[in-house]
Amino acid sequence: MAKLTLNDLRKLRDEKQKTMAKRDPSNKDAQVIVGMGTCGIAAGAKETFNAIIEELDAKGITHVLVRQTGCMGLCHSEPTVEVIVPNMPVVIYGNVDAETGRQIVHAHIIGKTLVDNHICDKPAMDIVR
Amino acid sequence: MGYKQYILVCGGTACESNQGIALFNALKNAVVSNGLVNDVQVVRTGCLGFCEKGPIVKVLPQDTFYVEVKPEDAETIIKEHIVKGRVVSRLLYDKKQSKINVGIEGIDFYQKQFRIVLRNCGVIDPDKIDEYIARDGYKALEKVLFTMKPQDVIDEVSKSGLRGRGGAGFPTGKKWSFAAAQPAGQKYMVCNADEGDPGAYMDRSTLEGDPHSVLEAMIIAGYAIGADKGFIYIRAEYPLAIQRLETAIAQSREYGLLGKDILGSGFSFEIEIRLGAGAFVCGEETALLASIEGNRGMPNPRPPFPAVKGLWGRPTVINNVETLANIPVILTKGGLWFSKIGTATSKGTKVFALTGKINNSGLIEVPMGTTLREIIFDIGGGIRNGKAFKAAQTGGPSGGMIPPQFLDIPIDYENLGKIGSIMGSGGLIVMDEDDCIPNIAKFYLDFTVDESCGKCAPCRIGGRKLLNYLEKICNGDGTSADIENMQEISEAMARASLCGLGQTASNPVKSSLRYFMDEYKEHIDEKKCRAGKCKNLLRYTIDTAKCVGCTACARVCPASAIAGERKQPHVIDKTKCIKCGQCFEVCKFHAVNRA
Repeated sequence: MAKLTLNDLRKLRDEKQKTMAKRDPSNKDAQVIVGMGTCGIAAGAKETFNAIIEELDAKGITHVLVRQTGCMGLCHSEPTVEVIVPNMPVVIYGNVDAETGRQIVHAHIIGKTLVDNHICDKPAMDIVR
Repeated sequence: MGYKQYILVCGGTACESNQGIALFNALKNAVVSNGLVNDVQVVRTGCLGFCEKGPIVKVLPQDTFYVEVKPEDAETIIKEHIVKGRVVSRLLYDKKQSKINVGIEGIDFYQKQFRIVLRNCGVIDPDKIDEYIARDGYKALEKVLFTMKPQDVIDEVSKSGLRGRGGAGFPTGKKWSFAAAQPAGQKYMVCNADEGDPGAYMDRSTLEGDPHSVLEAMIIAGYAIGADKGFIYIRAEYPLAIQRLETAIAQSREYGLLGKDILGSGFSFEIEIRLGAGAFVCGEETALLASIEGNRGMPNPRPPFPAVKGLWGRPTVINNVETLANIPVILTKGGLWFSKIGTATSKGTKVFALTGKINNSGLIEVPMGTTLREIIFDIGGGIRNGKAFKAAQTGGPSGGMIPPQFLDIPIDYENLGKIGSIMGSGGLIVMDEDDCIPNIAKFYLDFTVDESCGKCAPCRIGGRKLLNYLEKICNGDGTSADIENMQEISEAMARASLCGLGQTASNPVKSSLRYFMDEYKEHIDEKKCRAGKCKNLLRYTIDTAKCVGCTACARVCPASAIAGERKQPHVIDKTKCIKCGQCFEVCKFHAVNRA
């Protein structure tokens, strides 16, 4: 990519904003976002990440985007995984090892059922209201 | 396929012990009895925080948050909320109690945790510049380069009231204006990413989760003060943060957001990463500069301040990671917007790394003025295993221990200073009744003595003397004269040390002597450690009335100090006992006494 001018940057921002919005849960695309800060990786986020990708591949699921992100702040329950599936609440799962990762693919993504005992909330979300 | 609604039941230990399981089952039964099995899913979650109001139930997708829900309420929730769509108002958390004041932005604005610094952490992929750009990244840079003069930028930052997040809280706008006021010529912008407090990881997480926000801020700062070169000083122990920074720098260079003639504005700026070897003192700005120059990391007296005479003798601004991460937001939303968040003297938010004896350890960002109680009990979910809160340490080894009576003071720079602690960089370590205060003070002194560079006597000798006294007290050899000596040395260190490390190293001692004198006195006068941490002060005995002779203690004792016949009371041989405490842990009959 060549160096940007001011207009290029603005155009790029608009474009990217649209593509990011497309991944909105109301649209078709589903997303699985794995927290991969040092904290997450130390707790096994890489294994979880790979397990989810492998399981999606094995089941032939293509409409799910698996992404990485930084620390979500939920250090007490690393690795953390955020799952965005259309027409379902956005959910953050905590303590997701490889096995739970596969379970998320089966139950949440395929079965549209939340996985018991692993749901977290971003801290304080409800309290600060 | 799919459910219409989801009922989340908190499965945290606090809620579970409070009839949470019965509630979960009652809700499930109510779903069945009302014929809603295909419409509603009931799930257990991890701790939702806010344990003092547990058990907590949350209904999605409406996000209704019910508190103190009893199993008998299950039927009502299903019949009213799920079937009729009416909120059960008596179970709602009273929203009027919200203590967080963020000014005029309206309720919607603070529905979620208040994230400025961490706005992109856990949201974007840090390795993708496009995602940062899509979240208004480099918009502030755009605004600054094309619509603002350097002085305008400084004025905006000054107006925001932003103060340094590295510890001392110096106004950022003022720092920038000092450097800007120096005659034109080579100037430098330095990002201090040498995070070294035990238990602190805010800066690491920010750099790992959102490296571009720091780069953008450095370019803006460079423009404001007239610097064309920036350094990020980061410790080599943060390999992932370094890797993500390197990726980010390469990407922004490729896009022309770093380098010559940025976005065709004519302004040029370069950033270089310098790795530190992990010396705590290198977080002190003059020592940090010495280290970048290739010298031994030791502080120099100020003035001259780095803003006047810094890196290679040139004017240099040094800002901490968190300070910088605020900058792009301040410039896009305006200094006035920022100045409405927080307290009278401390604006904006603060990121804390919440650790220690807390249920939900984690990285949190709260508006200045939030109380410790809100942080520890609401957000942090309270003390682990239902123990009693004893103290919280802010500012790591440079801070003080905050006792329970100050749980309700609003946290800002001034208030923390008044009670003998400091804001510090944001480590927040929670201690419970099982922590021994003199022992914790000893831990911190051990750290600062280890990390003292040795250049000035007050820190080098004073720290060692303090540590010696603390060791003596914890070993049971303390005298009341030791306390007086410690107080005197603490004062001398605070006044006479060359840099922040020595000046603040005695804070854990000073604050603990101020608030926990009774524990020191117990150690000295009664040779007693109430928390059971100081080995030399412990005596283990077996209560013959309670002992059933199960032999568990005798089997676990590594020193073979416990004797006794099966089904007969056992006895500990004090001459052999090494006070490891294993018998105390293993006894199911509470027959082992520790005193």
